[in-house]
Amino acid sequence: MGVYEIIFYLFAAVTLVSAVFVVTSRNIVRAAFNLLFTFFGVAGIYVLLGADFVAIVQLIVYVGGILILLIFGVMITNKITEVDIKTGTIHTLPAAIGVGLFTGIVGAVVLNTEWRVVDSEMPESTLTTLGTMLITEYVLIFELLGILLLIALIGAASMARK
Amino acid sequence: MLEISLTHFLVVSSILFCLGIYGVVTRKNAVMVLMGIELILNASNINFIAFARYGNFGLQGQIVALFVIVLAAAEAAIALAIVLNVYKTFVNINVDELDTLRD
Repeated sequence: MGVYEIIFYLFAAVTLVSAVFVVTSRNIVRAAFNLLFTFFGVAGIYVLLGADFVAIVQLIVYVGGILILLIFGVMITNKITEVDIKTGTIHTLPAAIGVGLFTGIVGAVVLNTEWRVVDSEMPESTLTTLGTMLITEYVLIFELLGILLLIALIGAASMARK
Repeated sequence: MLEISLTHFLVVSSILFCLGIYGVVTRKNAVMVLMGIELILNASNINFIAFARYGNFGLQGQIVALFVIVLAAAEAAIALAIVLNVYKTFVNINVDELDTLRD
């Protein structure tokens, strides 16, 4: 068992265990902090797959942006003076049975498929290639995403101010 | 089994996806539903990057993963603005109690 395998199992365990706490913890703030570890674990998995730039973007955007936004949402929509910030759950048993069945089906499909794997060499750095692709092949989508982010920013600000 | 292959990453991402669905289905609080959606988006991103690594597609999967991250950021901002408005109107954000379209 090499270093790569050990690191993979470590990151997979961190991701999945903290994700279980995210969806089962009754305390919202605890769930939000477990989401932090899930995002870190997923970033580690990206690094193991040779996607260095996407891993950095994951850390900056998810941990630095989206998670902070979610925690702000938790704090604004709960009365801080009440000490316990709890959330209720509904339909726990049917959901657990249904999701368990679905997990079994997807897992069986993944395990029984003969994936045609091309063992390509892991690139030194993906930064140059990604940058070139973003401003040549995918420039239209890149610009559209810029406009979309601007619209989302204006829309969110004007909706929250009302 | 010890050699890490594409299957390992796909198993991790499918478990993460199903946990996200469980969170979306069972949670009452709207912010917790959003956290479940983030888990689902992360699972799909692991799939995109795993296929970019093991399939013969170049780096297209990583480009799509970047786009997914951007869309997730926009979605979180808009959804939180909606949640704030719902909180102002109904004083709580439990999705099972929001059953009127206008007051």
